[in-house]
Amino acid sequence: MEMVNIKINGMPLSVPNGISILEAARYAGIEIPTLCYLKDINEIGACRICMVEVKGARSLVTACVYPVNEGMEVFTNTEKVRQSRKMTLELILSTHRKECLSCIRSGNCELQKLCKEFGVDNEHAFDGEMPAFEFDDSAAHMVRDNSKCILCRRCVAACNQQKVSVIGANARGFDTHISSAFDKDLADVSCISCGQCIVNCPTGAIYEKDDTAAVFAAINDPEKFVVVNTAPSIRVTLGECFGMSIGSNVQGKMVAALRRLGFDKVFDTDFAADLTIMEEGYELLDRIKNGGTLPMITSCSPGWIKYCEHYYPDNLNNLSTCKSPQQMFGAITKTWYAQKMGIDPKDIVVVGIMPCTAKKFETKRDHQAASGYPDVDYALTTRELARMIETAGIYFNHLPDEEFDNPLGEATGAAVIFGATGGVMEAALRTAVEVLTGEELESVDFTEVRGQGIKEATYSVAGMDVKVAVASGAAAAHEIMEKVKAGTADYHFIEIMGCPGGCVNGGGQPIQSAVVHNFVDLKGRRAAALYEADKNLPKRKSHESEAIKRIYAEFLGEPNSHKAHEVLHTSYVKRPKYK
Amino acid sequence: MLKKISKIPFKGTPEQEAQLNALIEENKHDSSMLMHVMQQAQAIYGYLPFEVQVMIAEGMDIPLEKVYGVSTFYAQFSLSPKGKYNISVCLGTACYVKGAQSVLDEISKQLGIAAGECTEDGIFSLEASRCIGACGLAPVMNINDDVYGKLTPDQIAGILAKYKD
Repeated sequence: MEMVNIKINGMPLSVPNGISILEAARYAGIEIPTLCYLKDINEIGACRICMVEVKGARSLVTACVYPVNEGMEVFTNTEKVRQSRKMTLELILSTHRKECLSCIRSGNCELQKLCKEFGVDNEHAFDGEMPAFEFDDSAAHMVRDNSKCILCRRCVAACNQQKVSVIGANARGFDTHISSAFDKDLADVSCISCGQCIVNCPTGAIYEKDDTAAVFAAINDPEKFVVVNTAPSIRVTLGECFGMSIGSNVQGKMVAALRRLGFDKVFDTDFAADLTIMEEGYELLDRIKNGGTLPMITSCSPGWIKYCEHYYPDNLNNLSTCKSPQQMFGAITKTWYAQKMGIDPKDIVVVGIMPCTAKKFETKRDHQAASGYPDVDYALTTRELARMIETAGIYFNHLPDEEFDNPLGEATGAAVIFGATGGVMEAALRTAVEVLTGEELESVDFTEVRGQGIKEATYSVAGMDVKVAVASGAAAAHEIMEKVKAGTADYHFIEIMGCPGGCVNGGGQPIQSAVVHNFVDLKGRRAAALYEADKNLPKRKSHESEAIKRIYAEFLGEPNSHKAHEVLHTSYVKRPKYK
Repeated sequence: MLKKISKIPFKGTPEQEAQLNALIEENKHDSSMLMHVMQQAQAIYGYLPFEVQVMIAEGMDIPLEKVYGVSTFYAQFSLSPKGKYNISVCLGTACYVKGAQSVLDEISKQLGIAAGECTEDGIFSLEASRCIGACGLAPVMNINDDVYGKLTPDQIAGILAKYKD
């Protein structure tokens, strides 16, 4: 790599030629502020916050896109630079609906933080005409409030990265706004509900539909038996909302907090993840033996499911008919558990704590009501749970570690890794290999399917070669589905998750600033915590769970039995790409 | 200015569709030809409604939102069809100074449409044009090929009446 010698604030540095001033400054321990910049996917130099002085240049330059060259002298903290940034912030504020006290992102807003850092002391410096923008709450999972949009286009970049591309900048000049084609409501376009736009928004312009008030009301209703279940990834991300480092496993504190919030039972979605492995694993074996549609593709991720329904409606038969773990959990709670406890399912409220905004959409899908009542009543994001904990005045960081309730709180390591890309595949392999060979695995680690990007592997199981693939993020799904559509994908089983990196990077996870997205391996660190949790569990194979054995013995009979189909399987619908 | 999306039903013909498909076929391997395809599509249909933009998006393998973004960014693209009679009011300097804006406003008021739009019955469309070089007649407007000069707002009702079939 060719290196060049530059000076930043007088400090001599040797950095790779051609990198941006922004990246070079990091070598000198200097954080240049940004609003629009997302490494690799939104390098557009639009927001003008990252302006710096370069010796000899006619004007200030944008550090995020300006490459370094030999002998360059950069100044990141001059009076001119500070004044420029301050004025840019004041101009952004001139069309920003300023309700910072009650805004959902107050305290975690990149614009608010910069205003504080640059001493913006007059938020009305350039008051004038405000653009008239509509508030779009048509979608099941999120709200778009363009009156707080700063036109950084990070959401657009996130949507494009997903190859969904249903939002973009429309009109021009003062009228420029982010919306969908023909300014249709989000509910009327082929949005997959993944929420990647939300976790990349610097302000409060896009956010999840908040269901916390409804959940508090259910908890306060003495007639209701409120059951909560937490998805695998929540235990390794929730801590971030309380200032803990990325990848902290807070399972015990999370359980304690949920109990203190007043939920009647605190269960683990991981139980249902183990159940998914049983149902999906046997479904795969059945398809292989009896000439069913292959490759079979996982159905845990509702963002992926919606993507498939909109963009590959002719391949719905490739999808496993299994409900997602969240929905399986709800179905079992309102059937088997309700019976056991002698509670009328109409009085049970099931709340899922999910890394995901598409889960909100999923709860409202058809054929997701095994008991006659919706399997799941509310799907809250990790962020909403954190908000409830704050509202309730629970001092999260000082909580003791507590255990999940039984019987739906028991789970194996196979279930925990569902939260990372490749996790479902690995969990399925652990069970499938033992079931097919009848022998115990020497090692339960299938490391070939771990990590980022599209992964392929072939395993020899009981004399048969099983070919698998794993993809995360809708763009990777697109790549694999083009092969499936063309009939050239010779896999037996594919795991697809709607978000890049899987649930640990879901659209419902704690929002980290662009700096973290750009320069920290967020997905990797969160996933590592899940694999660590798996390693430390006594049982790491779904079929070894006592709760699973019991539920089949008492209620379902065999995996894929008639009863199991009634309770745990679902159907899909073709959805138009345009309407 | 925000462009108004016409609610007039799309009335494309098979001939127009064949022309558009041929155009897309010729250019689909190069996404940088999007502007060209949109300009030619507008020449074929007179405007770029939803149906046409979907054909372009699918044919060129470019997200519909991107096509729409381009169509709303550039003034040259219209989301409203041309009416049977297209009224073009000159807003060049001479016409403007002589009161063309009040003429445009009067037409807009009488027809209930803004510049760039078409009446729901498809009879009239209205647009503001740059200088057409007839400054001696300022303020001036065209209705299809008919030219009207030295206009005042009070003449408008009478002129429009001539075209109400």
